[in-house]
Amino acid sequence: MQQEVIIAGFGGQGVLFAGQLLAYAGMDAGKAVTWIPSYGPEMRGGTANCTVVISDEEIGSPFVMNPTAVMAMNLPSLDKYEQLVKPGGTLVVNASMVNRAVERDDITVVSLPANDIAEALGNKRAVNMVMLGALLANSDILSLEAIEDALANHLPERHQHLLPANKAALEKGAGYKAVPA
Amino acid sequence: MAKELIKGNTAVAEAALRAGLEAYFGYPITPQTELLEHLSLRMPELGRVFVQAESELGAINMVYGAACTGKRVMTSSSSPGVSLMMEGLSYIAGTELPAVFVDVVRGGPGLGNIAPAQGDYIQIVHGGGHGDYRVLVLAPASVQEAVDLTGLAFDLAEKYRSLVCIMMDGSLGQMMEPAEIPPMQPLKTEIPDWAVRGTDGGEKRFLTSINLDPPDQERLNYRLMTRWQEIEANEVRYKGYYLDDAEFVVVGFGTAGRVSLSAVRATRDKGIKVGLLRPITLAPFPNAILNELAEKVEGFLVVEMNAGQMLEDVRLVVRGRKPVEFFGRMGGVVPFPDEVLTEIERLTAGPLTTEGHPRDRWLARMAEVLG
Repeated sequence: MQQEVIIAGFGGQGVLFAGQLLAYAGMDAGKAVTWIPSYGPEMRGGTANCTVVISDEEIGSPFVMNPTAVMAMNLPSLDKYEQLVKPGGTLVVNASMVNRAVERDDITVVSLPANDIAEALGNKRAVNMVMLGALLANSDILSLEAIEDALANHLPERHQHLLPANKAALEKGAGYKAVPA
Repeated sequence: MAKELIKGNTAVAEAALRAGLEAYFGYPITPQTELLEHLSLRMPELGRVFVQAESELGAINMVYGAACTGKRVMTSSSSPGVSLMMEGLSYIAGTELPAVFVDVVRGGPGLGNIAPAQGDYIQIVHGGGHGDYRVLVLAPASVQEAVDLTGLAFDLAEKYRSLVCIMMDGSLGQMMEPAEIPPMQPLKTEIPDWAVRGTDGGEKRFLTSINLDPPDQERLNYRLMTRWQEIEANEVRYKGYYLDDAEFVVVGFGTAGRVSLSAVRATRDKGIKVGLLRPITLAPFPNAILNELAEKVEGFLVVEMNAGQMLEDVRLVVRGRKPVEFFGRMGGVVPFPDEVLTEIERLTAGPLTTEGHPRDRWLARMAEVLG
């Protein structure tokens, strides 16, 4: 069993951290994991993405052409990855940052206004956690609890005070369920 | 000991200092910089030497000087930076000093780009600096393997008074994977009998790479090459996957090797008996196992992130007994498993030939890919 997740958005949206959190949770669950960022010049202001693979066996390629899940934090990411999601996979879209509907009807699509949700929670920077919550609630990658534990276990000491806010964002996002196609 | 999620570059740095690294000299370059950055923090903490040199030339010559003391020393860089180090590496080889260097390979030639590549194979494995010398080359494919090979690199460098290169690529440097880093080793206390120790009396020791008398130089060359024979006899390392019943074998190292593993598994799921040979030492090359496979399998596919550099070493061993085909991506483009799968299916479907050169056939196919 192998899950492949691509998380994509603008630099500053917490794309890389959301991916690391998934990888930590996978590792803590005893799975093989890889986390690899796009580390090119596009990291400076443009789009950023990372690929996370979570597997029961030694992972071959850390890169995937057709991931089982995509978290698209903005329009360029949706445009780039919508057609690449594996049939039957999951696509989570940040509706606050896109102006079009998803075209695919052979995948699970969750669309949520993550910016607005985060802002309403009083935590603008938690967009990534809102999105991650929605991803977990609409796929069988890992449980929400596994991610919350990973947060508690791996968040640096100086950021531990952010734990409740992050958990609230995860749980709010998890409340969004896919609209049946 | 618990595993931690750690970047390849950082893991190699931490593994090196725990293996007793006493002095590091380097110059930043993407995608290798985290290695230097981590050591810039940790080495001073431990009271050891860290110098960010003024250039790669400075760094490698500082390594040369420090290696003369018999301490564990290293540098690291990425392709263009390693090119700048070649003169110094040759001097180190000519002085028979142990030293470790890391090449986190990026797209080239020239300044190229910072994406993952394997285009330095010929430079690192078959060439580089001038003169008659060889470098032991280790090619990890995962963060854990990079950690394990870092400790080994220092042991091998000392055992054979040789240069050892850990050749990675940008993706392995930048990727995070769970890895267990061995505990801190005590620093070496024994000074080798060839090392210089400063002016504290005792017999005079002299280290140089100058041998103005050709017969003297020839004796040194002979010593280097007989030592290399020992290395060839004792230090070959590789990992085989599904080789027992394999009818076809993919050969790939580092990231190209692990990408191929995904493709090999997908092919197996379709009932085609394909195996993978992943050389871990690129020098010495795993000739014996490849020779053995050449006797029993139907054909080979070499997969690299370059235009077919290791390919020539495979062809040298297979010697036309079996068809060898090639697939590569260049310039910082990493192949997806799906592409390798297509190539494996092409190979197994046939028809196969031992005529012509596999690179020519691959280039013809690439014309379509690149448009």
